[in-house]
Amino acid sequence: MKPFDYTRAASAAQAVREYAPGTMYLGGGTNLVDLMRLGVAEPDRLVDVSRLPLDTIESVRDRVRVGAAVRNTDLAVDPMIRARYPMLARAVLTGASGQVRNVATVAGNLLQRTRCAYFQDVTRPCNKRRPGSGCPAIAGDHTNLAIFGASEACVATHPSDMAVALAALEAEVHVTGPGGDRIIPMPGLHRLPGEEPERDTVLEPGDLITAVELPPPPTGATVYRKVRERASFAFALVSIAAVLDVGEDGVVAGCRIALGGVAHAPWRAERAEQALIGGPATGEAFLRAAEAELEQAGPLPRNAYKVPLTRNLIVSTLEGLAS
Amino acid sequence: MNRIEGRVKVTGLATYAAEYPVENVTYAFPVQSQIAKGRVRHVDAQAALAMPGVLTVLSGEDPPPLASGAGELALFQSREVAYRGQIVAAVVADTYENARAAAAVVRVDYDPDDHDVSLRADHPGLYKPDHVNPAYPTDTEKGDIEAGLARAAAVVDVTYETPVLHNNPMEPHAALASWDDEGRLLVYDTAQGTTLSRNTLAKVFGLPKERVRVVSRHVGGGFGSKGTTRPQAVLAAMAARAVGRPVKLVLTRQQMYDVTGYRTPTIQRLRIGADAEGRLTALEHVAYEQTSTLEEFAEQTATPTRIMYAAPALRTAHRLVRLDVATPSWMRAPGECPGMYALESALDELAYALGMDPVELRIVNEPETEPDRGLPFSSRNLVGCLREGAHRFGWEQRDPAPGVRREGEWLIGTGVAASTYPARRSPSKARAVVQDDGDVLVQVAAADIGTGARTALTRIAAEALGLAPERVHVELGDSDLPEAPVAGGSMGTASWGSAVVRACEELKSDGREGTADTTEEVQGDAAFSRHAFGAQFAEVRVSSVTGEVRVSRLLGVFAAGRIVDAKLARSQFIGGMTMGMGMGLMEETLTDEEFGGFLRRDLAQYHVPACADVLDVEAVWLDERDSELNPMASKGIGEIGIVGTAAAIGNAVYHATGHRVRELPITPGKILMF
Amino acid sequence: MEITLQVNGRPRTVDVDPRMSLLDLLRERLGLIGAKKGCDHGQCGACTVLIDGRRALSCLALGVAVDGSEVTTVEGLADGDELHPLQAAFIEHDAFQCGYCTPGQLCSAAGMLGEPGPSAVTEDLLVDPGLTPEEIRERMSGNLCRCGAYVNIVTAISEVAR
Repeated sequence: MKPFDYTRAASAAQAVREYAPGTMYLGGGTNLVDLMRLGVAEPDRLVDVSRLPLDTIESVRDRVRVGAAVRNTDLAVDPMIRARYPMLARAVLTGASGQVRNVATVAGNLLQRTRCAYFQDVTRPCNKRRPGSGCPAIAGDHTNLAIFGASEACVATHPSDMAVALAALEAEVHVTGPGGDRIIPMPGLHRLPGEEPERDTVLEPGDLITAVELPPPPTGATVYRKVRERASFAFALVSIAAVLDVGEDGVVAGCRIALGGVAHAPWRAERAEQALIGGPATGEAFLRAAEAELEQAGPLPRNAYKVPLTRNLIVSTLEGLAS
Repeated sequence: MNRIEGRVKVTGLATYAAEYPVENVTYAFPVQSQIAKGRVRHVDAQAALAMPGVLTVLSGEDPPPLASGAGELALFQSREVAYRGQIVAAVVADTYENARAAAAVVRVDYDPDDHDVSLRADHPGLYKPDHVNPAYPTDTEKGDIEAGLARAAAVVDVTYETPVLHNNPMEPHAALASWDDEGRLLVYDTAQGTTLSRNTLAKVFGLPKERVRVVSRHVGGGFGSKGTTRPQAVLAAMAARAVGRPVKLVLTRQQMYDVTGYRTPTIQRLRIGADAEGRLTALEHVAYEQTSTLEEFAEQTATPTRIMYAAPALRTAHRLVRLDVATPSWMRAPGECPGMYALESALDELAYALGMDPVELRIVNEPETEPDRGLPFSSRNLVGCLREGAHRFGWEQRDPAPGVRREGEWLIGTGVAASTYPARRSPSKARAVVQDDGDVLVQVAAADIGTGARTALTRIAAEALGLAPERVHVELGDSDLPEAPVAGGSMGTASWGSAVVRACEELKSDGREGTADTTEEVQGDAAFSRHAFGAQFAEVRVSSVTGEVRVSRLLGVFAAGRIVDAKLARSQFIGGMTMGMGMGLMEETLTDEEFGGFLRRDLAQYHVPACADVLDVEAVWLDERDSELNPMASKGIGEIGIVGTAAAIGNAVYHATGHRVRELPITPGKILMF
Repeated sequence: MEITLQVNGRPRTVDVDPRMSLLDLLRERLGLIGAKKGCDHGQCGACTVLIDGRRALSCLALGVAVDGSEVTTVEGLADGDELHPLQAAFIEHDAFQCGYCTPGQLCSAAGMLGEPGPSAVTEDLLVDPGLTPEEIRERMSGNLCRCGAYVNIVTAISEVAR
């Protein structure tokens, strides 16, 4: 680990003032410290924002505001979240381990980096870590990498479960930074790799997430399901956060599908959603919708299994929600 | 009985290698090769030496002298690079943080050559090693395989593959080394055997054995990877000599993947023929494996096939290729574990080809004597294990049809596989002496790597002496104690226990002290085929949506001689079965064909079973009497638990889904791609 | 940087390199070897301690970032010579073999017993479930045990959770 200075901020504004190139904000540290030890992250300076007074969950009219420093555990066990946003509670609970969730913050969860093996190994090339060095995952191990929206520069996936649920819930990410305050609607925080895989998100240097605001829960049944070969304490092969609202007439009034483990960002299956809305809530329709979404999949040899997995998962999840 | 060291382990007071308080300690951190083949042209340590706290940088630029000049332990003695991840330099500094930061700026320039890291069954470099680990013939052949296959009513000709697997004990390999004023070396090492580690270090440093002491009082698992001395022990000692201060070196989890051994990947072809009654007419098992260019390690993959089933034609063979990879080594049941995975999976295929129950198929082929050498078995109760297991598991109600049991999206299936492991022993020494308070101190340089050796030896000694276990105190884990073999090959208890019993017998006649050396006794062991056997039963649930596999039940029934301690034995069996589940469903290290070395070098990528994976796992055993083994009448139990588990799970997955995955691990991806 | 921690009830002031993890601080500076380094990346749970009463991974906590916290390690679980019920249950049910993951398992279990709310396997998220074996298995999955003592670990924790 490269030597660095450490300071603790007393307020979000102070944290942003402390920002300079080479500075990184430290939340729970469950990913950043890990990456620093690997030499992947090499900040000159850490500004600790984990104890900022951004650690409350508040109901604001019909919305819920979750502070950026709220620990994952506290989010998942909050009675209001469990009652109104069970999909979010479930997603958080499937992530990492109890010990990690006790420490990891909401903002840190959103900003965690890919677990691609090449990204995490500074002795191998990686465009995300060292732009222009190449992406060996494409010819090498991409078993758990992206099938949607990847580029020739990067096939990484975003590892968060929580972000997938937030994408389905269309949460807003509140950001403050040197350029002022702004609100980024999910799933807009994370970007696809394109030519700049080093940028995971649309945040600018010095931006600090202060809160995540949840709009009123969507109408309909919701679920979060995560697929992994180890029964717990593993990143998703594929995960799904889905909302399905079926009218009395059997017609789909509303549908949201967000997928994890398939792209550089939580992936909203918009084609599938559009194919379903206004149509019948039948297994056949679900399959057609899933296939419509998967038409744009670009699997590689070792992750081709994610195509049938995603298809099955969409169909089975929607069938479960419809019944 | 409860583990003797239980209290120190649950209170955090048990000292593992890196945990001894040592004054003035320094820290070493290795620098690893970033090419898989070639030469180190130059190591530039300037930047590192300028970093805070750095004491020295070791490398081939000014190689610290060693008495032995080749192999994995000959650090910095050659500029040749044999694999990616090989240690090519090391930094010693005042703190861990400083050593590690400086290691990151050591600049190594290479002259790389093209590497070859891929095992293939048609690799032009395949050769026949002189023998396979530890000293088995490479090939065996009797009868006419082709004729046997020709007259068979059913034939299977199948190829199974197993990946690179890593032992991954929870305690990383570590060493804490210091030299005293008289030039004596003391190493706290993560060793499965302090005698062997001492002897190895003495040889590497060109010292008489009396001038080296290795201490390993508690070892955080090894599963074979700490059976042979690993580079960290040599490097720590070398560094301590260089800086004149004690040096602590703890490998990172990632480094463990590179330099502490692994289970070779295997490609195994099995050709089996049987007549209409299920009697084998031919059995052929050929294994392809890898080794490094540094050392030869030839795993004994096909050897269990030599003793399992009666067949008039029986052929086994091993072929090896030297690749630009680290040297594979022992991992829990080397040979038996991957070999029985393939044999027992293929036998399941044969049972389906014959339309025969797989338990009955195995029973029909029970041999009278060892099929390979014709020796009598000292005891053999495979049939008893199969019958007992079938009864307990509810096998009688099983419908063999694959892919027909369903609960919602979950397909359910059951599978069986046999298990075996040799029951060996090695010469050992021991000493027993009456203390002032009348209690007895038993000394033997055994190792307790989690097996419960202290506890088992206490019971053995107490029984031999006719004393309560509380009055016996076993001292182990120190090379200054009477010499003993490693905790490996499932022969620790048999070897050490034999010596302990003899020492106790002598103490009883002497009244004060007894010593033993079982070399002659062990050499005089009669010619028998000595093996433990078992039967593993698995029930799995496979999601038809996601391909996820969950093992809802695992039952192991074992016949392993007299069980010295029921509580410890059950834990050993269950632990082995749990590791076997990992092998079956999730464990896999990838070889990086582009850059060499391994990928997935951590516990987030290399999955071992977590608590949530382990549902209903049970182990029981038959009461087996065998007077040909050792004074305890025991067979080793550390490894048999892992043997056959992956096959039972794979067979259950087939029964659940109708899909036969022949490449481990059986991941959701493989199931979905059928 | 100088930091002060309450470690197992005792104030400890240490001058630390900002790079030093809480785990290395405990092991290398305070002589508390109970918390184990198994992976140093939050992937095994062997370094689990209680920070301000909650289970956390000491390898991923920078010492400077936990300045002012109360830390309980496995050395602080027992009450003098009286073992914590979890420690006694682990011995009785043979819930460990090599013992290297054990301090983390114990601290994790101690923290887990006090954690409210559902887990990933809880059917009804609105109801706090009892600590069934299934719940314990899920909640303890952040603590890997390569010896495969899970069956006995769950038995031991179940006994204490009752």
